[in-house]
Amino acid sequence: MVALLEPFGDPAGVRALAEVAVLGAACGSLGVWVLAFRQSFAAEALSHGMLPGLVVAALAEVPLAAGAAGGALLGAAGIALAARERRLGTDGGVAVTVTASIGIGALLALGGPDPERLEKLLFGDLLAVSPTDLAISIAVAVGIVGALVAARRPLAASALDPAAAPSLGFRPGRAEAGLLLALALVLVAAVGALGSLLAVALIVAPAAAARRLTSRLGATLLVAAAVGAAVGVVGLWASRLAGVEPSGTIAVLAVGGFALAAAGRPAPAG
Amino acid sequence: MSEGSVLASAEGLAAGYGRDEPAITGVTFGARAGEAIAVLGPNGGGKTTLFRALVGELRPLAGSVWVERPPAYVPQLERARLDFPVTGLDVALMGTWASLRWYRRTGARERERARAALERVGLGERAGVAFGALSGGERQRALVARALARDARVLLLDEPLAGVDRPSGARILAVLDELRSEGRAVLVATHDADYARRLDRVLCLNRRQVAFGAPAEVLDREVLEATYGPEIIVLEGGERAVAVHHHTH
Repeated sequence: MVALLEPFGDPAGVRALAEVAVLGAACGSLGVWVLAFRQSFAAEALSHGMLPGLVVAALAEVPLAAGAAGGALLGAAGIALAARERRLGTDGGVAVTVTASIGIGALLALGGPDPERLEKLLFGDLLAVSPTDLAISIAVAVGIVGALVAARRPLAASALDPAAAPSLGFRPGRAEAGLLLALALVLVAAVGALGSLLAVALIVAPAAAARRLTSRLGATLLVAAAVGAAVGVVGLWASRLAGVEPSGTIAVLAVGGFALAAAGRPAPAG
Repeated sequence: MSEGSVLASAEGLAAGYGRDEPAITGVTFGARAGEAIAVLGPNGGGKTTLFRALVGELRPLAGSVWVERPPAYVPQLERARLDFPVTGLDVALMGTWASLRWYRRTGARERERARAALERVGLGERAGVAFGALSGGERQRALVARALARDARVLLLDEPLAGVDRPSGARILAVLDELRSEGRAVLVATHDADYARRLDRVLCLNRRQVAFGAPAEVLDREVLEATYGPEIIVLEGGERAVAVHHHTH
């Protein structure tokens, strides 16, 4: 038992463990709505679009979360602008913005004084989580889960049938905008620890696995949160035992969990 | 003809999306309690736009629209997402949510209303089945149950028989008759002129209002041609007119 806990014997290890557990649970339950609203691509785009902001924050030595927020805003504006080009459409707009963001981010990072920093921004650094980072993550996770609980009815009515939602007393546009805001907040909180490339894995994969394992909404949300926290904790533990990079291990484990769930249970109806 | 009070009306209504040309113009009608109105028109004729204006989702670009209380709306079946993890009962329960504060749990009263609505459309036994696992007709009935649980006085149904099996269709039509006799106003969007003839009045739409009145007075060859344009086939010397059904989605 002691040997099993050995990887978390130092304060940095304990903080890393708490960070992945909290973020994993929040990402998992948020992911259920992201999938229901068909927003996985937006999640991917937002996380990658943050990269230039992260690089600038790292170079200027300001908190990464500030850079991530700025990068997400710029990315969203870029997508909106590019999508206005009718022949391109929203998907094309997202693709152009994401590619441009990664390009600009890489250029800035590799041209800077510390090119190795790019790796940390793309893949995160769980063991560098400070007490402040952890406090921010806990606050964001609690806030997001609370908001998801409070907004469960508008979200569910809009996800099932956006055309009918206004007649049921809900505004699907508002539900979707709130969801995107929650997504951006979670990504900003998670990007320092998990990196801009891998944060999305914790949002999409546990939720997809939960959809395979359960057929009721409440259960799906709980299972997704549990799977998210579990793959985070197990991934971190395994990576420290094996001496490999944690966020990559967590991402592989999250996707592996989905593959197992998919192999074990047939696709739900529809 | 029913002489109930007017529950929904429009006066010179124009509605549409963004900066595009209005999808409908010049719509003027009143729906009385206990009356079923067919909203007849081709695909893209503006039937759904009219409903979205009645729901309050679209603001009038011109004229006005009025509904006594928020209406219940059953949109076209294929717009609902099948992979969302809810049962038939959950879907019917959504009809009770508008009156629930966010911090309140769904109570026994709401469940009772939702179950009664499911019974009414003949889905009582299938309440626990996943929405995506129901047949097309059963899914349509679940959406009708959601509208019934809303307990609205005005019901808007968008192509309720499209893609629906015969028993489900018969059940939906029977429920529509009951709603009419309970003193509700029912508006049914359809592109089936034969079905429109069976209702109290018909509102013909083809991006503008072509006609409004009792089917026997309104549905002549001229009106049908103005409604459907080249899509119309007129049979038996103009006695019967059948709209060509073709879905573009």
